[in-house]
Amino acid sequence: MLSSLRFSVILLIICGGFYPVLVTGIGQALFNYQANGSIIMGKDGKPIGSEHIAQAFDKDIYFQPRPSAAGPDGYDATQSGGSNLAPTNAKLISSVSDRVAAYRAKNGLAPNMPVPADAVTASGSGLDPDISPANAFLQVHRVATARNVPEQQVQAMVTQHIEGRTLGIFGEPRVNVLMLNLALDNMK
Amino acid sequence: MVIDILQWVIFWGVLLALVFPVGSYMAKVFTGGRTWFDPVMDPIDNFIYKLSGIDPKKQQRWPAYVKAMLIVNGVMFVLMFLVLELQTVLPLNPDHLGFVDPWLAFNTVSSFITNTNWQSYGGESTLSYFSQMFAIIFPMFTSAATGLACGMAFIRGLGGSVDMGNFYADLTRAITRIMLPIALVAGVVLVVLGVPSTFAGTQTVNTLNGPLAPAAVSPASQPSAEATSTPAPAPTATSQGQQNIARGLVAPLVSIKHAGTNGGGWFNANSSHPFENPNPITNMIENLLMALLPASLLYTLGIMLGRKKQAWIFFGVMAAFFLIFLVVAYAGEIQGNPLLTKVGVDSTQGNMEGKELRLGQGETALFVTSTTAFTTGSVDAMHDSLTPLASITPLSQMMLNMVFGGKGVGFINMIMFVILTVFLVGLMVGRTPEFLGKRIQVYEVKLASISFLMHPLLILGFMAITFALQLDLSSISNPGFHGLTQVLYAFTSASANNGSAFAGLNANTPWWNFSLGVVILLGRYISIVLMLALAGSLAAKKAVPVTSGTLQTDTGLFAGVLFVTIVIINLLSFFPALALGPLAEHFAMLAGKVF
Repeated sequence: MLSSLRFSVILLIICGGFYPVLVTGIGQALFNYQANGSIIMGKDGKPIGSEHIAQAFDKDIYFQPRPSAAGPDGYDATQSGGSNLAPTNAKLISSVSDRVAAYRAKNGLAPNMPVPADAVTASGSGLDPDISPANAFLQVHRVATARNVPEQQVQAMVTQHIEGRTLGIFGEPRVNVLMLNLALDNMK
Repeated sequence: MVIDILQWVIFWGVLLALVFPVGSYMAKVFTGGRTWFDPVMDPIDNFIYKLSGIDPKKQQRWPAYVKAMLIVNGVMFVLMFLVLELQTVLPLNPDHLGFVDPWLAFNTVSSFITNTNWQSYGGESTLSYFSQMFAIIFPMFTSAATGLACGMAFIRGLGGSVDMGNFYADLTRAITRIMLPIALVAGVVLVVLGVPSTFAGTQTVNTLNGPLAPAAVSPASQPSAEATSTPAPAPTATSQGQQNIARGLVAPLVSIKHAGTNGGGWFNANSSHPFENPNPITNMIENLLMALLPASLLYTLGIMLGRKKQAWIFFGVMAAFFLIFLVVAYAGEIQGNPLLTKVGVDSTQGNMEGKELRLGQGETALFVTSTTAFTTGSVDAMHDSLTPLASITPLSQMMLNMVFGGKGVGFINMIMFVILTVFLVGLMVGRTPEFLGKRIQVYEVKLASISFLMHPLLILGFMAITFALQLDLSSISNPGFHGLTQVLYAFTSASANNGSAFAGLNANTPWWNFSLGVVILLGRYISIVLMLALAGSLAAKKAVPVTSGTLQTDTGLFAGVLFVTIVIINLLSFFPALALGPLAEHFAMLAGKVF
């Protein structure tokens, strides 16, 4: 019994203490940016957000991320999570239906035009930083108008920010909303 | 679609290429052979043995092996419980998280000591860094190593040795020769690819957008009709243009979470969280990490028993189940949700509710299948929002509990089905059933049957109790057939020691924490003890000579019979539950019905 206790405590120190400290040490020393959460700094030197984490945007001059169910107003990076609504839950159908109408109205789309699924469904983490290129292109007109710049310029910016499948194979083509919006603010 | 299939092919290609070297390496580790890590690890091992006062060379028969396993697990259980309950006075709590409710602590410790990793809590809002290290990362190593050790003892028994090895030595070698090296390398790779690893606490930022306009309530949380009469909720950081970004020792945890088929996330959203899984490459790595050891173990089994063909037969049957379920999961998701298509959603992306865009449908379906085949339980999409058809994949694989399975315990379950199949087939053709040259008699069939029956008994029994006594039914978050599936999923996940969840179910209540904790413990230890007893009994028997009348278990024909037997006895146990849950919901959805 006593030897089992000593045995367990030693393993606890190795696996729970030594191991994570070692990985963190290597990470902090060699890959400091990633190890601290890929935090992006603004011009004033203050942190703006993380490259990997979606934040809330509601102004017309910005591209909008996917809907979020993390926290009461969404995008709460201390309460990650999805809606966990079942596909047959009436709440899901009505909220998506509302979002479809809002998306069409906001971006000046025809009332019967199908809307990209990623634009109106909540992501798994509530912090999905990306939107689909289709979703981004549909927002170009609105953003360009609000910023009072030519549409082609915004369009080009989106195209520039499309990240393709990794090695042409893995994952989906996508646009990182925060990085795109930052680039728009730095335009001119 | 072609690209999605290509990703699966690459996954299987890489996995198969790794099975040979890793499988033979593990055989070396557990048969006392020399390995690369010996010069570094031998002194560490000896230090551990010496300090604990353990003789690693002392051979244990199965009762002694089981006793050592239960005592060590029991001691670790107490240590972890203390860590959680003392969180508020222990160090490394930069975000000042509060006291952990004892029911929650019981559930969490039961869950992590057994390699289940069911989480009734959200990691970033409940556990301090100290707790994550010593009550989560620590058992992620030891629970996987415990499964691995028991699997090795089981193989030694099947190989005809009544001495099943030494539990302490097996556990130590599993950690120092297998888990630690893999986790260390994978952990650093994950950091490079964007997974954080820091002792710094939450990072607060002012967002680019600034405060949200008052009307701009997130559509995901639109207030319901009743909510309008209650006073407005306190303003959140989000609405005021701020974001608090939780961080932590994420990479080391995510690495061992998959390498040890554990599954518990640092964050509530698990591997769908961009910090746990920032891109399609990390997703593929996490997928491979969880598949690596369970798949390679079959090759280890083939080497240690000197019966590689037999091992490949098992591998083939498991892979067949895996591929069928992968196609089911994918087919369910790519068509999208017809109810949403009707309200104007473009269905070309498939079902995107609860999904992460970057990972794509192909890799997500692969993850859903892997995490429940290899009994990891981590999720890169919210299973609760899967289409009913796709949700059959995780449910069925947890019910079967032998599609590769977790460390060690996966093929132990497979052998249980083999014993039952040999018995049934023996009855049909009128031969004495044999396996690996040993007679299968009443005692073995009894043990295998009880071990098999425990699983449906725990799942359906506890489900029945919950509904009959109406215990905490308000935890069910989705109405209609899906609500039943939430309960079915929870108990299946617990009994299979998987840990994935239909996360809408609010499991952080006394009944759910208690009942799931109990199911987890029974689901783990009863079958391990019974099956080690079975191996011990087989080892003590005299080998019978192979004759033309011997039932061959390493042929394609036997593989077919085994596959069919597994399907039939599991359908008999679980089909009614599946019919009332996901199947009913599927047909309701096709008929346009909402709940």
